[in-house]
Amino acid sequence: MSEMVFNDPWWLIILKVLAIFVMLVLLTLFTIWWERRVVGRMQNRIGPNRVGPFGLLQSLMDGLKLALKEEIIPKTAHRAVYWIAPVISATMAFLAFAVIPFGPMVSIFGVETPLQLTDFPVSVLYVLAIASIGIYGIVLAGWSSGSTYPLLGGLRSSAQMISYELAMSMSFVAVFLYAGSMSTSAIVAAQEPIWYAVILLPSFLIYVTAMVGETNRAPFDLPEAEGELVGGFHTEYSSLKFALFFLAEYINMVTVSALATTLFLGGWRAPWPISLWESANTGWWPLLWWLVKVQLFIFVFIWLRGTLPRLRYDQFMRFGWKVLIPASLVWIVVVAAARVIRNEYSASTQELLLVGAGALVVIVVGSWVVQIRSDRKEQREIERAKAEMRKPFDPYEGGYPVPPLPGQEFTYSSRRSAAGAVVAGTVTSEASQGDDASEESTDA
Amino acid sequence: MTETEPSTAEAIVFWVCAIFSVAGALGLILSRRAVHSALWVAFTMINLAVLYLANAAPFLGMVQIIVYTGAVMMLFLFVLMVVGVDSSDSLVETLRGQRVVGILLAVGFGILLIVGVGGALSGMPAVGLDAANAEYGGNVEGIARLLFSEYLLAFEVVAALLISAALGALVLAHRERWAPKRTQREISEERIREGIHPTPLPAPGVYARHNAVDTPGLLPDGSVAEISVPGPLRARGDLRPVDTAALAETIALSEGENVLGPQDHPVADDPGTSPGEPK
Repeated sequence: MSEMVFNDPWWLIILKVLAIFVMLVLLTLFTIWWERRVVGRMQNRIGPNRVGPFGLLQSLMDGLKLALKEEIIPKTAHRAVYWIAPVISATMAFLAFAVIPFGPMVSIFGVETPLQLTDFPVSVLYVLAIASIGIYGIVLAGWSSGSTYPLLGGLRSSAQMISYELAMSMSFVAVFLYAGSMSTSAIVAAQEPIWYAVILLPSFLIYVTAMVGETNRAPFDLPEAEGELVGGFHTEYSSLKFALFFLAEYINMVTVSALATTLFLGGWRAPWPISLWESANTGWWPLLWWLVKVQLFIFVFIWLRGTLPRLRYDQFMRFGWKVLIPASLVWIVVVAAARVIRNEYSASTQELLLVGAGALVVIVVGSWVVQIRSDRKEQREIERAKAEMRKPFDPYEGGYPVPPLPGQEFTYSSRRSAAGAVVAGTVTSEASQGDDASEESTDA
Repeated sequence: MTETEPSTAEAIVFWVCAIFSVAGALGLILSRRAVHSALWVAFTMINLAVLYLANAAPFLGMVQIIVYTGAVMMLFLFVLMVVGVDSSDSLVETLRGQRVVGILLAVGFGILLIVGVGGALSGMPAVGLDAANAEYGGNVEGIARLLFSEYLLAFEVVAALLISAALGALVLAHRERWAPKRTQREISEERIREGIHPTPLPAPGVYARHNAVDTPGLLPDGSVAEISVPGPLRARGDLRPVDTAALAETIALSEGENVLGPQDHPVADDPGTSPGEPK
């Protein structure tokens, strides 16, 4: 256990916990305001500007209003689970922040301590673990509401999280390989020469995509797609419980942004022109760089929301499983191979790039040949299928009501013919048989 | 290596998590709802993970949560939710005497486990994982070393097994397509080319008494829009007739006549005409 915590006195630990809590709540309030203002500008509106300077207190007021609202619990809800779901969501959102480094060693009331609550050898995995428990909040909210739309939202959420968590954790692997550690502070330290966003660009892009999926944000906000599912998993939640979900969503946004900053953008390290200044990476300044980087990611979140339409569910799943995961698998193999060649044969970067270019040419030519062959095969398949489809459609084939096969045409014969449908009560008893139905339609 | 006594903090963690995980296991057996059982399992798993953490095995603890709580139990929950919200298991025994045999077996297994593990451990000094962790410079490195040297074969065999299982599931769930799937682009191009209905089809009707998909909507001139009902229903003739009296009334109203007298018109909706009813 001793390797898990810094040697902080107890009061400092409590102080840090409190500071993180307050910071997250304030960041949430700020992010909501920021989002509404930015989206407003993107849509040629102004956004909230009435409460406080620039409308800054708007989200505080909204929060108060939400807390004072009447709480409605559906009769069909499973009480205990319904109650615990928002609690899980919000608690886990706060917990994940324990291992995020905000800055280097500073002095707080005379004690030298890093700006980080705790760190241990597998702290990035800890964030993943906490996130995966957090999903339970959403899934259980959907299940326990005892209502259809939340259930669909919960189902979507669980499938979405499993799919995108895979891609997300695979994007970490390359970082672990390069940093040689899974501890957040070690990863930040390893990025002193160059940010991993530069040398591990594919990992970075995969992570940024997966993090939008993980936080249920547009264009991947299928669990709460308001056009299809009313409010998704939180449809039946009101008052403070709804506020907890809201809080959790925004804290999760901050968390994944902070993790992206830590893993790919050098954490609290100053960006290039500022890093020329000698004391840029000492004292309390890094907290500012960190905050700016996190806000940058949050701006991207907002930008995406203001720009992109929501994906259809099947498109979303296909993208996750057939694009993101294979891409990250290939990329991990490339990174690992490069590392091994570097370590074992002490090859130079130039040689590595040459070998890589050769491999790329082989792969491109090979896949081109395969593509041509599979195109031909597909053409033959289409011909075969077209021949199959020329059979006429019988809605009562084999005595059962059946849908048409793909490509077959509906024959609009009906038990109650088109005219009969308008005149109520013209159904004849023998009309329910398929053969008679077609006769009747010819009569009409 | 000298014997190390657990610290107070470790003892507290052990007793809290031990009680919680046993409670979770009992909850799993005693819950009537499948979803509640799944939740209790997740709870037990998290407590076990905390115990691993407290025993200087942070990697195992985290992987336990990510893999088991986050992925395996989530899949279980997913399936339970797909199967049905209210499918609480029937408590009727399908195998006679299953419960008695089950309890006997469980007790026997428990005794074997306690005697076996207890016998093996009695008189053994507890040394903890510190030495093992320190050997290769950390917990993660130590596990990696063992996995990829001593247990490489077992590791690869398990990997092959899991991949075959996944492939098996893919084969079982595979569906032979009748025709190549049409893309959204192809569908929309075809729709424009046919020129019959380039826009989405009209929605089914919403009336005071019916709003199911088998109820056709009305066009602005009051005529019945049969295409507003899904094709298979139309093909089967399962169209719910539109109330003609109400229709005439609508038309009359739109022409400015006052048809609503003191008495309501008789409702011309014969219950026998409801679709889907065997006749």
